[in-house]
Amino acid sequence: MNDFLTLMQSELALTLILFILLIVKIGSEKMSNKSLLGFINVMLIINLLIGISSLWMQRPGGTLFSGMFITNSLILFEKNILNLGILIISLSAFDWLKNHKHLTEFFMLLIACVIGMFFMISSGNFLIFYLSLELATIPLAAMCNYDMDKRISSEAAMKMIMSSAFSSGILLFGISMMYGTTGTISFTELPQLLDGSPLQIFAFILLFTGFAFKLSVVPFHLWTADVYEGAPVAVTSFLSVISKGSIVFIFITTLYNAFRYYADLWYNVLFLSAVITMTLGNFFALRQQNMKRFLAFSSIAQVGFILIGISGSSSLGTTSAVYFILIYVFSNLGAFGVVQMISSLTGKERIDDYKGLYKTNPFLTWILTLSLFSLAGIPPTAGFFGKLFLLTAGASQGNYVLITIAALNMIISLYYYLKVVRAMFMDANENPVERIKGSTPANAALIICAIGIVVVGLISSIYDYINNIANFGF
Amino acid sequence: MLDATYIALIPLLPLASFVILGLFGRKYFKNFSGIIGTTSLFVSALLSLVTAYQYFFVSGKLDGVYQKIIALKYTWLQFSPNVSIDMGILLDPISVMMLVVVTFVSLMVHIYSLGYMKGEERFPTFYAFLALFTFSMLGLVVSSNIFQIYIFWELVGVSSYLLIGYYYDRPSAVAASKKAFIVTRFADLGFLIGILILSFYAGTLDFNTLIERLTNFESSQLKEIATASFLGISALTWGLVLVFIGGAGKSAMFPLHIWLPDAMEGPTPVSALIHAATMVVAGVYLVARLFPVFALSCPAALEVVAYVGVLSALLAALIACTQTDIKRVLAYSTMSQIGYMMFALGVSGYYGEDGTGYMASMFHLFTHAFFKALLFLGAGAVIHFVHTNEMTEMGGLRKYLPITHITFLIACLAIAGVPPFAGFFSKEEILVAAQHHNQLIYWIALITAGLTAFYMFRLYFSIFWNKEHHPHGEHHGEGPATMMIPLIILGIGAALAGFVPFNKLVTATGSILETEFHLNATTIMAVSVGLAGILIAMRLYKTQNDLPERISSSLKGLYRASYRKFYIDEIYLFVTKKIIFNLIGRPAAWIDRNIVDGFMNLLGSSSQTISEEISVMQSGRVQQYAAYFFAGAMGLALLFIYIWTK
Repeated sequence: MNDFLTLMQSELALTLILFILLIVKIGSEKMSNKSLLGFINVMLIINLLIGISSLWMQRPGGTLFSGMFITNSLILFEKNILNLGILIISLSAFDWLKNHKHLTEFFMLLIACVIGMFFMISSGNFLIFYLSLELATIPLAAMCNYDMDKRISSEAAMKMIMSSAFSSGILLFGISMMYGTTGTISFTELPQLLDGSPLQIFAFILLFTGFAFKLSVVPFHLWTADVYEGAPVAVTSFLSVISKGSIVFIFITTLYNAFRYYADLWYNVLFLSAVITMTLGNFFALRQQNMKRFLAFSSIAQVGFILIGISGSSSLGTTSAVYFILIYVFSNLGAFGVVQMISSLTGKERIDDYKGLYKTNPFLTWILTLSLFSLAGIPPTAGFFGKLFLLTAGASQGNYVLITIAALNMIISLYYYLKVVRAMFMDANENPVERIKGSTPANAALIICAIGIVVVGLISSIYDYINNIANFGF
Repeated sequence: MLDATYIALIPLLPLASFVILGLFGRKYFKNFSGIIGTTSLFVSALLSLVTAYQYFFVSGKLDGVYQKIIALKYTWLQFSPNVSIDMGILLDPISVMMLVVVTFVSLMVHIYSLGYMKGEERFPTFYAFLALFTFSMLGLVVSSNIFQIYIFWELVGVSSYLLIGYYYDRPSAVAASKKAFIVTRFADLGFLIGILILSFYAGTLDFNTLIERLTNFESSQLKEIATASFLGISALTWGLVLVFIGGAGKSAMFPLHIWLPDAMEGPTPVSALIHAATMVVAGVYLVARLFPVFALSCPAALEVVAYVGVLSALLAALIACTQTDIKRVLAYSTMSQIGYMMFALGVSGYYGEDGTGYMASMFHLFTHAFFKALLFLGAGAVIHFVHTNEMTEMGGLRKYLPITHITFLIACLAIAGVPPFAGFFSKEEILVAAQHHNQLIYWIALITAGLTAFYMFRLYFSIFWNKEHHPHGEHHGEGPATMMIPLIILGIGAALAGFVPFNKLVTATGSILETEFHLNATTIMAVSVGLAGILIAMRLYKTQNDLPERISSSLKGLYRASYRKFYIDEIYLFVTKKIIFNLIGRPAAWIDRNIVDGFMNLLGSSSQTISEEISVMQSGRVQQYAAYFFAGAMGLALLFIYIWTK
């Protein structure tokens, strides 16, 4: 019982918040949105602090339910990255949610979704993996629909649920064939039973597409742009950071542990997907005019880089990917935070609308610039170190073709990120975004992101720490 | 041993002033920010001099050889048990020399800007950027680790981007800063890959270890990197050439030089700092830093350095002869002189007298810093006075700007290689080295020397002699003392820097290089070519006449080609617009239109009506997505089942 409480503490903490929200929803009709949001944010902060303190105490890992649920320091750290992410999203969504009718439900959906992700990261077999994946997906579709008076938002939700259903079907098909050929669904038993038969490879590819869909790897990415554009910005940022992050975490675990027999196979699959994903993602991002769509495509390109890191198949691969996700949380949420503030206060979302932003909103401009620099990987922002370690992990396999293509893609991405920066600083605009005064929580979120972008890269002990726990968990 | 703590202060002081001015400058130190920045740099410069004294004359030598001393080392990131990224301070003759050059020139620019930039609205910001740049440059020169140098390299790029684009309300400045950033980024890509290759094979990022392993013919690392090959060229050559490409980008070597002339859009003191003495020589410094590897293990890569250098020197000198914007003339002249330093490295050997080229290159880097910074600052004073960059609108300024005139003349004599000014000694050594090594390079270098003298004196006479100046309106004098003092100090430097005994201080091996100076044919040739250039310029430009017109019309094709900078910008435009855009951009756009967007236009584009969007939803795009999904899955499955089972 004691084990149960300590090992599952992250999940239990969120579940507790979920129930508190339910009670609040039933009990307090009169509470204003602002105080509700404050209450929720405080709970999320406490949640994060508890998480960090348990990392501090270095609890040993363990398994529950005969190996269905696994946890260790690395997994706990990953969960706390997600906790941090939802806190930032919740803070920066303040302006959008303060007048929303269904505020509590939004957070209930969000937290249910994150609980799903937590179980997914901790899953020890295919069954719990599949179930938690679904738990992490279905509330998301509802969240996509949260701009309820906008048709585009409903459309996004529809597309999300339809595409997810399709992908889940294929994933399930893969799992069942995997079970058919090996007779097990446990990740730990799987490696001994894999034999390289064509049917098994087929099953593996289908499983891969399930991950690839969630990560928006080309050509499984087509839903991304529409859904990202249609969904409210908070949900879009959740999709592009939290959702992707959680999938990357479990993806690494399954590849490195359950499928290490197929290391050659998935190395090549990752190589191919990384090249296609980076390149096409970049070329699509080049011509986007809508800020959200732009970030959507650029995040596709970022995934290509993550795949390179994962393909390194060493503890360096794990470390670099987890480290990158941590940085990505700050950089992308910083960018989305600014887009969110501008979108919810003025309704403007096009890149052209950002022309001359520096004249009216220098603070937002600097935050967005910093985030974009970090996304583009320009030193000394953290994004540079993140990309660098991904590339180094990838280079450890000695594949310079891959690294060269990646480096070229970095240049292309630099071009379009700078294009936005230029628009904000240099271009004249007769009708610029007016001076915006964001709420305190939203500004706090932006400042947290900015600090993160600067600090995570420069303090090397963060990387060392991840490296240590990644080795331990390996 | 040297005490490390004060050496660390040299780069940290500018960093501190950047932080203070960047955060609080505009609010609290509106008027004092210049003083704060200058003071901190003054202390840095003093400390650099102390360091140089300590190193060269007290504790740097062991058995007559200058040592490479790691004064400070902090392991920033332990990558794997053997590879770590360190932040450290490496002291050796070139890094100590660079410390002095960078802090000194930067100090001059700081003082000069007190007058030149006075009254600018973003005055504190300007000083913050200057401090950031100086910090990055100092961090670069003391790097003990190839990775540290890369980080500071990029930081230098960022801060120069900020400085070039300082007048951000001018579209041309913005375009120039962007061009500089992107071109150098392209080169940095080569640098990064080069670093990865070298460090992958050498198994270390530390400079000393890396050089030691890659120059020792017994080491397994060298054997491995020399035998591994790609496209028939060894990995070592690839690595070094790629690193050199990085250096060529920052140092504006052909064909990556196109950003430099445009970068003149920045404020003039910035040009003096970045484009004369510091950032543009970073590439030379990088090659010099890895010089033992180049010279001992891979002469082929050194040949590339030599030819790129001499070609850039000649081409830039030709272009400089026809430019009329005075800052552009200086920009091309910088490129030409850096080409000199590069090919001097390229023709150099390592041991004994073969190492003359290396010593000469560093020597020229040192003297060039003085006279080129002086030229830029002098040009700044001229522009300050006449409010134009066009030399055709100047003339007869010697009466109005006496101090500028004299110092500018000293600088011109120095760059033209007239004895006993600084440039004479260093250029002389370079020519000697080239003559010993490669006749072709020597002759090109000699022609370039003549051209250099010609275009510099064309500039000088056009500004200060030629037609009479008719000042319109109020004549506001030469400029405040803060602008004149740096000119005078640099003038003294440009006159005397040649007497520094470089062969005793800065050599490839660290021990004394015995070169005795004697008057021979090489010296006479070099000086007479320089004088010939000066005389021709005098005949053409000292007084107003139509000779230049006649000559330029008789040499129409060549002159035009030179004036249009040999159409290099046009070629770039052609390649980017026609080839990249049509062959890559268009197909990408096509795929995007036809595959991603399917049968309809972009969702969310404002021209779209809602009804169309409904019809789109009903047209079954999600099915189409699913179809692609399915096709992708099947494609992967077929591909990999085929490969795997084969």
